[in-house]
Amino acid sequence: MIVTVKLFASFRTGRFDIETVDYPAGTTVADVADRLRLPHSELGIMMINSRHVKLDRELAEGDTLALFPLLGGG
Amino acid sequence: MDTLPIYVRDHAEGQLLPWNNQLEAAERFGVSLAQVEDVALERGILPARYQRNRKTLSISDQLSLFRSRVAVIGCGGLGGYVVEELARMGVGNIVVIDPDVFEEHNLNRQLFSSPANLGTAKVEAASRRIREINPAVTLVPVQAAFSAMNGEELLAGCQLAVDALDTISTRLELAEVCASLRIPLVHGAIAGWFGHVTTQFPGDDTLQTIYGTWKTGKGVEQTLGNPSFTPAVIASLEVAEVCKLLTGQGTPLRGRQLMIDLFSMEMDILNVPEGRRETK
Repeated sequence: MIVTVKLFASFRTGRFDIETVDYPAGTTVADVADRLRLPHSELGIMMINSRHVKLDRELAEGDTLALFPLLGGG
Repeated sequence: MDTLPIYVRDHAEGQLLPWNNQLEAAERFGVSLAQVEDVALERGILPARYQRNRKTLSISDQLSLFRSRVAVIGCGGLGGYVVEELARMGVGNIVVIDPDVFEEHNLNRQLFSSPANLGTAKVEAASRRIREINPAVTLVPVQAAFSAMNGEELLAGCQLAVDALDTISTRLELAEVCASLRIPLVHGAIAGWFGHVTTQFPGDDTLQTIYGTWKTGKGVEQTLGNPSFTPAVIASLEVAEVCKLLTGQGTPLRGRQLMIDLFSMEMDILNVPEGRRETK
């Protein structure tokens, strides 16, 4: 299953901006975050194909997953 | 007999009322600078301090701003710049809410902080600063922590609220208070080189959506910190939203979240569904 993963802001450091990856069927957003060593507590906005999703959402062939860190400062 | 409106008209230069004449009018008629400003604007005379607002804002826009009441929740990195810009722009009444005093780690970015101010309440420093830069503006300092308990009382009479908080849980409480008061909430948040801005309109669940996965704790600002420039950028974007909302012009960020990455110099717009979510 080929999906595109886009990382934003601090998630890019030491990783990548955009990557096309072959994941096994049934891979969830949480699985992708774990493979990329992104702590769940740092996850902010998560979108598949420009729609907000949660950690347990399964990816499908051709999806684009975008992950943003949680920003809470002021 | 001379009256304040006649005095203001006679002491305008063209359409502009010079500051010294505004001061003199207040003294002569025993009224506040704010009252003189209101009388001038109502008669199409612009206090000269706002002359560079012209073309961006009409005199009637300026009057709308002057008669507005805006709450700024948080008076740190974002809040300092927000309050400064609102006061310079001419928003007449600003309620500033923050429980904290300035500490040394604030000095890299918080506009009203200085070595001499350490230990001073942030809202008190804001009050002094606004008296200095625009004494026609009324600043209401509230040294208290905003919460769902006191929120409706603190925000009563405000046309909108500006989120300058540093805690996600309090932001979500603020969003609920604004929803129940049916006022817009201009939201901003920062961490390191990064930030985002959006505006929640009455009837929308914007903050619940963008922080929908949050469970507890702080964001990545805990490790990234906050440099001097990020709060200035995000605060300015928030004030631009306030200006549009109060004057009814332009296109605010309703149903859209502006993501700012100052490290890559990229800005993205994400869609945020409008309306209340079906499930909580």
